[in-house]
Amino acid sequence: MCLAIPGQVVELYPNQPSAAMVDVVGVRRKVDLGLLQDNLPRKGDWVLIHVGFALSKISEEDAMDQMRILRVLGEAEAAMQEVEGYGLENAENAKTT
Amino acid sequence: MNAAVDPRSPQFQPETTVSSNARSETVPPALRFRDPQIEMAHGAGGKASRRLVEGLFAPLLFASSSEPLGDAAHLDFNGTRIAITTDSFVVKPLHFPGGSIGELAVNGTVNDLAVSGAKAEAMVVTYVLEAGLPTAVLEAEVRAMGNAARRAGIAIAGGDTKVVEHGKADFMYITTTGIGRPLPGVKIDPGSVRAGDKILLSGAIGDHGITILLARGELDLEADLRSDTRSVFPLVEAMVRVAGPGIRWMRDPTRGGVATSLNELARDCGLGMVLTEEAIPMHDAVRGACELLGLDPLHIANEGQFLAVVAPEYADAALNALNLSPGGADAQIIGEVREQPGGAVLVTTGYGGSRIVDMLVGDPLPRIC
Amino acid sequence: MKFVDEFRAPEVIAKTCKEIKRLSDPNRHYRIMEVCGGHTHAIYRFGLKDLLPSNIELIHGPGCPVCVLPMGRIDDGLAIAQQPDVIFAAFGDMMRVPGTHGSPLEHKARGMDVRIVYSPADALKLAQTNPDKHVMFFAIGFETTAPSTALTLMRAQSQGTHNFSVFCNHVTIIPAIRAILDSPDMRLDAFIGPGHVSTVIGCRPYEWIAKKENKPVAVSGFEPLDILQSIVMVLRQLKGEEAKIENQYKRVVPWEGNSAALRAMAEVFELRPYFEWRGLGFISQSALRIRSSYAEWDSEQRFEVPGVRVTDPKAAQCGEVLKGVLKPHQCKLFGKECTPEHPIGALMVSSEGSCAAYFNYEHRKMEMVTSIAMPA
Repeated sequence: MCLAIPGQVVELYPNQPSAAMVDVVGVRRKVDLGLLQDNLPRKGDWVLIHVGFALSKISEEDAMDQMRILRVLGEAEAAMQEVEGYGLENAENAKTT
Repeated sequence: MNAAVDPRSPQFQPETTVSSNARSETVPPALRFRDPQIEMAHGAGGKASRRLVEGLFAPLLFASSSEPLGDAAHLDFNGTRIAITTDSFVVKPLHFPGGSIGELAVNGTVNDLAVSGAKAEAMVVTYVLEAGLPTAVLEAEVRAMGNAARRAGIAIAGGDTKVVEHGKADFMYITTTGIGRPLPGVKIDPGSVRAGDKILLSGAIGDHGITILLARGELDLEADLRSDTRSVFPLVEAMVRVAGPGIRWMRDPTRGGVATSLNELARDCGLGMVLTEEAIPMHDAVRGACELLGLDPLHIANEGQFLAVVAPEYADAALNALNLSPGGADAQIIGEVREQPGGAVLVTTGYGGSRIVDMLVGDPLPRIC
Repeated sequence: MKFVDEFRAPEVIAKTCKEIKRLSDPNRHYRIMEVCGGHTHAIYRFGLKDLLPSNIELIHGPGCPVCVLPMGRIDDGLAIAQQPDVIFAAFGDMMRVPGTHGSPLEHKARGMDVRIVYSPADALKLAQTNPDKHVMFFAIGFETTAPSTALTLMRAQSQGTHNFSVFCNHVTIIPAIRAILDSPDMRLDAFIGPGHVSTVIGCRPYEWIAKKENKPVAVSGFEPLDILQSIVMVLRQLKGEEAKIENQYKRVVPWEGNSAALRAMAEVFELRPYFEWRGLGFISQSALRIRSSYAEWDSEQRFEVPGVRVTDPKAAQCGEVLKGVLKPHQCKLFGKECTPEHPIGALMVSSEGSCAAYFNYEHRKMEMVTSIAMPA
């Protein structure tokens, strides 16, 4: 039920507001925007495509946020261990997250 | 596929031509092939195809079916060695970006001989034509074949034509038989493959299969992709020149893709083929189409690539020879042979995960789930 | 590939796996169910099980729409397509699923007009370009796919295309999860929620799992980092003894879902009072049928449907595997009578069915591990 791929809107059609040409690393398909009619994507936006329909817009900000969170995983712990190594009393306060 | 038949069998005495009628008079073994009817899957190059060949054709036609099946048969006529192969071309649409059925027919024949370690010299061709086929279409294909043959340096020595009723052939089917001269200094034998051998791939995979899929128009996808159909002989020759003694096995991964070819080798030699996912060359559009349709690029047909298993001490020289040859810039070492998983193909990712890649039953199908 | 490759970055995966190890209690055995067949497929494709500590067990759930479709429904669809001038159109996923008298592809080999489509819109277009035929679209899928079918039916109506109908087998995910949790032999610690279904239904429908069943849920994307981060999230919750719904797949899933998609579904579909799920039995209010306002485009209204119930052979343990009670290789038929080439149950046919995934990607690795572990 779940194969949906990110693609970029590369062309819109003034006569067909419900359609867009979407590109997935060089493969292109006309996609139905009917499910996004409350919040139509613009050219350059990224959408999630499933069976030829755009299901959702992809938020670049949320994606970068996620990567940021993942990249610092373990760093709080590492900081903790370093602090504990100095034998400080309130090591708890050194935790950032 | 042809069986690498035992040249010492009775029908291969000097002056005798190979003929299935010359089969010995012993009772054939009971057939292992039990499917009640032939399905499309039996022609897809995967498990079902293999079952048909091993379970029906081999016991009835091939004198010694204990030999592993290869791309071409190397026969010995009283000291003269000849390589021979046959292939048929059934493709829809006939014409697609990068080529057409005529080119596939020539290059496919040349390539089958090349990966068996032979230089294609001549071929004969049969056309089965559908009544109603426009002459212009036929002419275009025949021209394409002529051009491809000249480019590949193979002579077309003769042929046959049949015409069938409208609806009985998708415009045309082409069958070829090619003969060639085995190259000195190379012997293809899956039995010689050892753990530690390197697996080489001549270039980017999936171009042909995805191009055809898109050209059929049913999926409404466009991409800037072309079939990779070409003769791989110049690359094979370049590799043989520097690494001949180290080449254990070669194959052109056509229908069924790299996964099928390597699974066949893994089965034949009992060792494991371990591939590194990031090392496998692929064009972006192939990747995009495969992600979109839920296909595995390792199962997609190629018409201008080959795999080679090379002894480790020759592998770098072999790769270098390919990279320096025209059309070989994308060649890579994509993995190596190991003891485990015996008889299977394993793909490892850059982050420590791995998966087994099996042969498909039939053609790869797009999925949405 | 943007929004794909970043979530496969090796160094970040390594960090996330370290965090998983750190968060998991070595004295505890975690059973986390991933509901969606797409997650099952992704876990095998990316080899994620290799990266997890052995005390974290990922259980495959019932979110595979092909797997839960009773054979009788396939027979019904094929029976309709036997009529003259009917084209059977379906996704590739359906093509090898066996009916009583063969799969759609086998029927094609015997002369039925069977076409693979990527989109329901393509099936509609097929009808428009073949006015002398009737195109029957065999629709499957959860809420991820149902809105697209709904929109297609709305377009068929507004464009006046009458040689088109849909044989609707859409099912809904929440009743299936409820059936799993109600099952007495089930012990689960947490859920990895279906990310793409959630782009439509949002995250609220899962709140009862946290509030009433007291189990954490992380609504997850499908890249390696998505699934691994979801495991981090549920482990954190379990460690802190909390249970809530978290949206791991924020970049795509809106908490409130997709209102246009939900509207389209409500316009075209209504809930069936009950529907049979292969392996799970009859579940009420768990499947969609086409409303009477669209009766003309409902294959079940346009055609005579045999409606025969076909039960699975007793020896097939699809139900237990579907519920995660048994692992695929623990079913007596696995790898012997039931293989991807000769599937008996649908879990072996669909590439995201646990049995097929296990068979294709995993079981020879098991043998390899076993053979290395055993002395020669």
